[in-house]
Amino acid sequence: MIKDITLGQYFPGESPIHKMDARTKLILTLVLIVIIFFVHTYIGYLCVAALLVLTAVISKVGARFVYNGIKPILPIALFTFVINLFFISGETVIFEWRFIKITLEGLRQSVITVVRLVLLVLSSTMMTLTTSPMELTTALERLLKPLSKIGFPVHEIALMMSIALRFIPTLLEETDKIMKAQTARGADFEEGGLIKKAKALVPLLVPLFVSAFRRAYDLALAMEARCYNGGEGRTKMRVSHFHKRDLFAFAAVGLVVIVIALGY
Amino acid sequence: MEEIIRSEGLTYRYETETPKRPALDGVDLRVREGEFVAVLGHNGSGKSTLAKHINALLVPSEGKMFTNGLDTSEEDNVIEIRRSAGMVFQNPDNQIVATVVEEDVAFGPENLGVRQEDIIEKVYLALNMVNMGDFGKRSPHMLSGGQKQRVAIAGVLAMDPKIIIFDESTSMLDPVGRKEVMATINYLNKVEKKTIVLITHFMEETVDADRVVVMIKGRIEDEGTPGEIFRKRDLLMRAGLIPPFASDVAYRLKDEGFDIGQALTVDELVEGICRSLQKD
Repeated sequence: MIKDITLGQYFPGESPIHKMDARTKLILTLVLIVIIFFVHTYIGYLCVAALLVLTAVISKVGARFVYNGIKPILPIALFTFVINLFFISGETVIFEWRFIKITLEGLRQSVITVVRLVLLVLSSTMMTLTTSPMELTTALERLLKPLSKIGFPVHEIALMMSIALRFIPTLLEETDKIMKAQTARGADFEEGGLIKKAKALVPLLVPLFVSAFRRAYDLALAMEARCYNGGEGRTKMRVSHFHKRDLFAFAAVGLVVIVIALGY
Repeated sequence: MEEIIRSEGLTYRYETETPKRPALDGVDLRVREGEFVAVLGHNGSGKSTLAKHINALLVPSEGKMFTNGLDTSEEDNVIEIRRSAGMVFQNPDNQIVATVVEEDVAFGPENLGVRQEDIIEKVYLALNMVNMGDFGKRSPHMLSGGQKQRVAIAGVLAMDPKIIIFDESTSMLDPVGRKEVMATINYLNKVEKKTIVLITHFMEETVDADRVVVMIKGRIEDEGTPGEIFRKRDLLMRAGLIPPFASDVAYRLKDEGFDIGQALTVDELVEGICRSLQKD
């Protein structure tokens, strides 16, 4: 169960979406995330949803992977739905029982909040599913390049991010292993109150930290052995360039932005 | 043939340790180009410290180390030395940098500033050498230990090294993975003509080596062909090494009066026993 987290889960492929410049995907995802907060009409939501569905279809990622991407937020979405449903007051009451009152406005608002949440996560999921973390950090590095002129360590931060992503599955696996080892010796991670549970995590976190530091040392040595010498003079295996498909993508998102800006 | 690795009176002390005994104590190692040398030793014998000197991860406290003709203590030589002498480490998980196999293999060439068009070619050439050509787009954490270690070897091969150092590279693998990696090492030595330095404490792995160097307490105690070394029982005892099953059985049979000669592998052992039975 601990491996279910799909953070940064890349689904390799050869679709136009995959081949798109990672910078395009990064920028457009940011644009989409921002624009979703400005949408206030059904047509607007429909446009954004249609765009994302289209992306998913073209990318051939498969519904299961897309669903896996948004699955973690479903409980949160449900929670906000219920909260909104009961606490947003309005005029048109559609259901009333003792102190519980559901209004049409409340229902509308709750649905919109959930849709908004799902669309937000969906847009970032589509990006991470079709872009390898390495491409993503490279894109970030290239976009932030101007900042290195004022002494901002762009290359180092990009590298740290990609290494962090690389070690997520490794450390998850390790956590699982340590947990099982401690459980086998009678440790209990499930029962007790909050404080007891937090205390039970100590024998899990200490070995995890120790091993993470050892891994960091090993990795640094291995990187040095492979001639790593900072960002200076490095080249990249895959450098994406702007193509026609990037223009199409910009046009498609641009269209949605215009529709929303016009107030639909 | 030319000596590609040469150390002279190589001595190294770890700073953190009390200076009672250096980790390496006057080591003279010589490796010829294309040779397959196994360095055998128990924990703490200094074999890994020696390995780290070959590609300038450590520099001698005293004495000299020359790799591919370059002095490792000169700062300007370091990158060139590391390019020509690649190193594969013990833990496959801790030496893979990227989240996709091909991107990890590309890490070395990228650091060297290889032109972009050439990198992909080098990457797949290297992956094919270790039989991992079909796994280029995979994620390393989905691979088996042996496969991960082969990816790590490809990462080194992509830099076109003359020498490859294996620092206990099989010790964390299961028997299948170990076999895969040993087969790869042999292939790289015999077919690709790479100079191999294999650091290990498993005597079984040194069977195919041209020469075995035995280290005890930071010194080279003895060296010779695997056959010569395996025969020296008290040397192995002193070095804290366990001889392979086959050579052990052959030795004990000899003790009991059945001389079947040298046996390094189980096949040779079976052969030897059959031959001596036929004679009787």
